[in-house]
Amino acid sequence: MSLAVVVAVAMFAGIVLYALFGGADFGSGFFDLTAGGSERGGELRVLIDHSIGPVWEANHVWLIYILVIWWTGFPETFAAATTTLTLPLALALVGIVLRGASFAFRKYSATLAQARLFGAVFAGSSLITPFFLGAAAGAVASGRVPAEGNGDQLSSWLHPTSLFGGLIAVGTCAFLAGAFLTADAARSGHGTLSETLRIRTIGVGIVTGIVVFAALVPIKHDSPTLSDRLLGPAAPLIVASAAAGLATLVLLYRRRFAPARVTAVAAVAAVVVGWGVAQYPWMLVDQVKISAAAGADATLAGLLVVVGLAGVIVVPALAYLFWLTQSDRWTETH
Amino acid sequence: MDFAGVVTTVLTSSDAPPGLLPAREQMALSLGWHIILACFGVAFPTMIYVVHRRGIVRDDPVALGLAKRWAKVSAVLFAIGAVSGTVLSFEMGILWPGLMGKFGDVLGLPFAFEGLSFFVEAIFLGIYLYGWDRMLPRRHLMMLIPMGLAGIVGTFCVISVNAWMNNPTGFKLVDGEVTDVNPWRAMFNDGVYLQFAHMWFAAFMVVGFVVAGVYAAGMLKGRVDAHHRLGFTVPFVFATIAAVVQPFIGHILGLRVGDTQPSKLAAFELATTTEQPAPLRLGGVLIDGKVHGAIDIPKIGSLIARNSFDKPVPGLDSVPAADRPPVNITHLAFQSMVGIGTLLAIVVVLFWLARWRGHDLLPKRWFLRGAVIAGPLAILAMEAGWIATEVGRQPWVVWGILRTEDAASQSAGLWWSYAIAVVVYVGMTIGAFVVLRSMARRWRAGEEDLPSPYGPGTATVDGSAR
Repeated sequence: MSLAVVVAVAMFAGIVLYALFGGADFGSGFFDLTAGGSERGGELRVLIDHSIGPVWEANHVWLIYILVIWWTGFPETFAAATTTLTLPLALALVGIVLRGASFAFRKYSATLAQARLFGAVFAGSSLITPFFLGAAAGAVASGRVPAEGNGDQLSSWLHPTSLFGGLIAVGTCAFLAGAFLTADAARSGHGTLSETLRIRTIGVGIVTGIVVFAALVPIKHDSPTLSDRLLGPAAPLIVASAAAGLATLVLLYRRRFAPARVTAVAAVAAVVVGWGVAQYPWMLVDQVKISAAAGADATLAGLLVVVGLAGVIVVPALAYLFWLTQSDRWTETH
Repeated sequence: MDFAGVVTTVLTSSDAPPGLLPAREQMALSLGWHIILACFGVAFPTMIYVVHRRGIVRDDPVALGLAKRWAKVSAVLFAIGAVSGTVLSFEMGILWPGLMGKFGDVLGLPFAFEGLSFFVEAIFLGIYLYGWDRMLPRRHLMMLIPMGLAGIVGTFCVISVNAWMNNPTGFKLVDGEVTDVNPWRAMFNDGVYLQFAHMWFAAFMVVGFVVAGVYAAGMLKGRVDAHHRLGFTVPFVFATIAAVVQPFIGHILGLRVGDTQPSKLAAFELATTTEQPAPLRLGGVLIDGKVHGAIDIPKIGSLIARNSFDKPVPGLDSVPAADRPPVNITHLAFQSMVGIGTLLAIVVVLFWLARWRGHDLLPKRWFLRGAVIAGPLAILAMEAGWIATEVGRQPWVVWGILRTEDAASQSAGLWWSYAIAVVVYVGMTIGAFVVLRSMARRWRAGEEDLPSPYGPGTATVDGSAR
């Protein structure tokens, strides 16, 4: 494996982790949005606050990790993508800003009116962001980002692959969040809430599953390079995702919430890795291969030092954070 | 950059790409905004550590209470700092594809380390905020240490990129192609150490004076108690050290500029022609090539810029007209920074001198008023310093290598992106202001834990202090 491919894999690992951690984080916005009025939804909103509060900032850094590795390791394709996909990226960005700020603002709001305003902004922007990031990914995967950059501002992402990419992103985020929130609610003794969440998550799972598989048809016509590999080397991953998704639905139905989280993560990870496998060996599909997109070897080696340090410093610290938030000491009521 | 800078840019580059102006405006807005929050990310954990440690070691409930409140404030500031930082990483590509496409693999490595340190800070902030009453006190306190260290590393890394833009190294240009890339050499370029020190101390000045100013305002309103005295003193001590050290760092840093970026120094000093010895030119503007309204102090310009009474200060005439920065903005920004910095340094020295002689100035209303203004002044000085170094580097984005107009996006659509950015940043500023003010108000009313008002039934889910 060439140095460039190793760095691309490290970058893609960041994408998978962002899709999982950041995804669960974004998806909680969907449940926040659909929680109902301030009185009825209060319990769920506090649960969401409690679940993602300690981790949302850390979840979010995966995006910065991805961007930085991209522009450092594969600078010209980064410039090509940002100049072509300015619009969806800017809209995703607006979502990120509004979401992060209003989540923090809501936590310390003084009045119910303030909390509702910030809460609505938080929940709404939680849907915008994954949609446009998914659409941007779809644009790259469908070969609509020209190597020299400055591709068409609209047609580069207003097509079936991108739109389905956006919908899949929103759906998988909500599905992940649902699996985690249901388990959280059950574990902290909120039976009624976990029942409501369980039904909604099963609904979200069914819809998302249908969207993922329905997308294969338009993608086949829209993005032949991608779909050839999706139905070729990546096919086992798509099948695995379907199996894990179904297993999640069954487990949720049978109220086995803890293992349902694992299968939900597996289902989403398999879809995302499937996309990665289908896109290989292209950095920008049909335009630039990973090997040709790479920057200087010395820089790629430097990036691997950073990735190694991340493995030594960030992963244990992150594991400690997640361990603490899942431990009884932190979840018990004071 | 302000309006005059915009006009200068338009006049000096008629065939600039349509994205240049909005790109500059948007970068200036988002970076100028983010830099204030970044200061809090860098300096606040250290100050919280000091009060928190005091609270534990001396069993001091006042100090512990301060640490708890500051932690909550830092949560809000860190959140909007994190998102505005994410904005910047997108903007690097959206606004400056000519820089990132060509030099991404030269300048990218420090950003990768910055990402790493930001990750560490975000993780430990999460642990620290949620660790109150849930972790052993001393272990909980220790969570601030990686945050403080991450602040140092992060500052170094971000400044490293800026220093590289001022002192490009670690690559070769052969027929316009970038070759022989050595990202480590680029990261540890000659300009980075002093520039880092200057910014790091600036962060402590900004946060120290702003936080001290908040408690000074409280004391002005008659709330003179142990809480306010400690809340004033701890950040004020940090601000004092930073304010006293800063002019020396700035001076040594300035000495480099004469060698490395003579046109920037000429603009700093408003030197139209090379003079030997050069006067210190206070104030003044350049109109049609002539200096108006400046006060000249003979020889001091040479002393400050070159550390000698008779060395020449290069003039703008030594630089081709097309390579000159917008002089007036650079000059006024630079002098504002130096002027405010000097003023703040003098004031803190006088305060401690008086205190050493047995005169406590804290009860004096005029002093408290000054202390309240010191916060915004410190922010102003930092912004002015940043404008001076950034605008003074023009027309280059990478000094002597890449012009800003060649780095900017070609897209005229960026005006829309800029307009949205203005709306979003104004909204975020108002939001932060409303929330922070309401936090302070509720604390005064005795609501220490600030529960969120999600509606009835909230307490049944989790009544803990968050």
